[in-house]
Amino acid sequence: MNALLHGRLTGLLALGAVIAILPAFLPNNFYLDIAILAGFNAVVCVGLNLLIGYAGQISLGHAGFFGIGAYASGVLVGTYGWPPVLALLAGAAFVGLMAFLVAKPILRLKGHYLAMATLGIGIIVSIVLRTESGLTGGPDGMMVEPFRIFGVELYGEKVWYWVVGVLLLGVVWLSLNLIDSPMGRALRAVHGSEVAAEVVGVDTARFKVLVFVLSAVFASVAGSLFAHYAGLITPAKADFFKSIELVTMVVFGGMASTFGAVVGAVVLTLLPQALTVFQDYQQIVLGGILMATMVFMPKGLLPTLAALIPARRRA
Amino acid sequence: MEGSQREGDADGNIRTSIVVAAAKNLLSKLFRLKHYVMQIVPPRRDRAAARSGDKAGSPREDIMRKRLFATIAFTALTAMTAVSGLLSGAAQAADPIKVGAIVSATGPASFLGDPEKKVLELYADRINKAGGVDGRQVQLTVYDDGGAADKAASFTKRLIESDGVDVIVGGTTTAATMAAVPLVERAGVPFISLAGAVVIVEPVKKWVFKTPHTDRMAAEKVMEDMKKRGLTKLALLSEDSGFGKSGREQTVAVAKERGIELVADETYGAKDTDVTAQLTKIKNNAAAQAVLVFGLGQGPAVVTKNYRQLGISLPIYQSHGVASKEFIRLAGGAAEGVRLPAAGLVVAAQLPDSDPQKKVVTEFTKVYEDSFNTEVSTFAGHAYDGLMIALDAVKRAGGTDKAKLRDAIEQTKGYVGTGGTVTMSAKDHMGLTLDAFHMVEVKQGDWALVK
Repeated sequence: MNALLHGRLTGLLALGAVIAILPAFLPNNFYLDIAILAGFNAVVCVGLNLLIGYAGQISLGHAGFFGIGAYASGVLVGTYGWPPVLALLAGAAFVGLMAFLVAKPILRLKGHYLAMATLGIGIIVSIVLRTESGLTGGPDGMMVEPFRIFGVELYGEKVWYWVVGVLLLGVVWLSLNLIDSPMGRALRAVHGSEVAAEVVGVDTARFKVLVFVLSAVFASVAGSLFAHYAGLITPAKADFFKSIELVTMVVFGGMASTFGAVVGAVVLTLLPQALTVFQDYQQIVLGGILMATMVFMPKGLLPTLAALIPARRRA
Repeated sequence: MEGSQREGDADGNIRTSIVVAAAKNLLSKLFRLKHYVMQIVPPRRDRAAARSGDKAGSPREDIMRKRLFATIAFTALTAMTAVSGLLSGAAQAADPIKVGAIVSATGPASFLGDPEKKVLELYADRINKAGGVDGRQVQLTVYDDGGAADKAASFTKRLIESDGVDVIVGGTTTAATMAAVPLVERAGVPFISLAGAVVIVEPVKKWVFKTPHTDRMAAEKVMEDMKKRGLTKLALLSEDSGFGKSGREQTVAVAKERGIELVADETYGAKDTDVTAQLTKIKNNAAAQAVLVFGLGQGPAVVTKNYRQLGISLPIYQSHGVASKEFIRLAGGAAEGVRLPAAGLVVAAQLPDSDPQKKVVTEFTKVYEDSFNTEVSTFAGHAYDGLMIALDAVKRAGGTDKAKLRDAIEQTKGYVGTGGTVTMSAKDHMGLTLDAFHMVEVKQGDWALVK
């Protein structure tokens, strides 16, 4: 089990294989579209998981970062004619800087002050996007130009599926490396006991800030690409409920498990689509599933399932 | 083709269509029979496979079966075509006509979208019971976007890619429609919107049509009425929704043309529960002689309530985005005296007998109110018009080939619907004129035609 979950390469290869063969089982572009959305959510969740699962901090504003990335691309490319890559980088840099400025003072404090601060940021971002309608198109959102790079226009589910697939693999690879690095060990120490970590000489605040900035940048990049893919962005993508959804995905999939975050994002993106058969009861069924999972699998989906495998073998 | 002529044609076609319908009925039964037979008695190879636990059937057997049925179907088709000799769409007789719809059945625009959904379902059902269109059943797929543009976009994708619809009706709101437009334009699927703003059809988009009157016409109608009452200074309060924004632009433009002075230009949010701040500003503006509220759904009801609470005595106009009894109910007594332009449907009983719409709207009102036990609204009518224009075009196009269907919709001439008489062209994808737009006033909780 450990070899499977902690073997960096094994997990990454398995994920790559799943991404590679999945399109063969998807009958049409609509399913591909859901797979792409799941991919975008997974990218954000892998970043968020670094923060929640390893640094032990909760962000209730990640949808805000996602939204800033999305609108940076939408506005800079659409209104000001920037090249998409530049807009994406500008959005990511802005989000990174913002996250840094917010986190620097707050993460020196102990406890859940970051959750409060990010909650505020998320709500402010969503209000700005809603009301600055001259720039952002207001509550009905704005159209975004397709992504162009080297004169090639990325359009259609088939192209974007591979873009998102590669992005997800890259992000997972990065975070796996990070977790296994000295920084990752320091982060886990912080999560375990901040005092103990400080005693052994870990600069806890610095690591927490770093990981927060990194996860915010992941969200921003995912947001930028999503905006180009979807062609339409609305402030709903950046609001508080979306942030909660992202946190739920991480917790549902399994905190402190990178692949758990991916699984959580995929399952929670698919569930509402699959539950449309329940029509009016959709939300109730979704809530029921979430509650049952949390009651019976408090560690989250993937770690619990992974723990089951050796148990059976022993029996 | 004028409306009366079309009816004549329809009468003439009845005899042939009875024969055709009978033949097609037979054919569809044949197909159903095939289905049952295959369920009850699986072919030998399948049975053997089932016994040995191997689920995969033989592809060759499959092909042979398919060929057999194809032959039978082909023979039947040839016979049928010979009988009717008229119908080019016959080859598709067994396939249903797939109509997709996206409406805002919940959310802030629910009193627009909910009747739309009901009407689409009701009429698809009625048409199917009456034998379908050219013998083909109508298969309706409705999704609720909850008033969110991004959901409308993803449902449009689902309709096009997964459900493979022939035509899409819907987009209750302008925002939902505009979110769907790039998708239908790329995919080449005829799309009939139920939303108000002029931006939907101006500039003309190849695959996009709409049934309600535009916001521009609403602004024109309101200012026409203002002039009649000798008012020249207007305070505008518009919603931040797609419809409200477009309405604001049109109002500004029309005001300039008609010599009406805009003395205030305020906005409110579609989900706001209190608009007194903006209204107080308007109240304190001594120049204002009338107020126009441009919004749809629940927002304008809030505005109207606040308006009365503040005791503003200026005449108040609304747009056609509230032409539903639900608005009067939501606003309570505050709606008394509100004027708005609306399609003839809401004042069916008050229309003169000479009005070409009289028959259509009276009939529709009766069917709707008998089925749902609530008063009819113009939004129900928009959905009815959208579905009828689409199905009428299927008849004329002789099938559901998307390009032909699009052309047929564009060639709609003299269709008398609940919104007026529709005559589209390559330059006009709505086809309505100002004549069918009536100024109505709320009097004792009901609509009254302003003369």
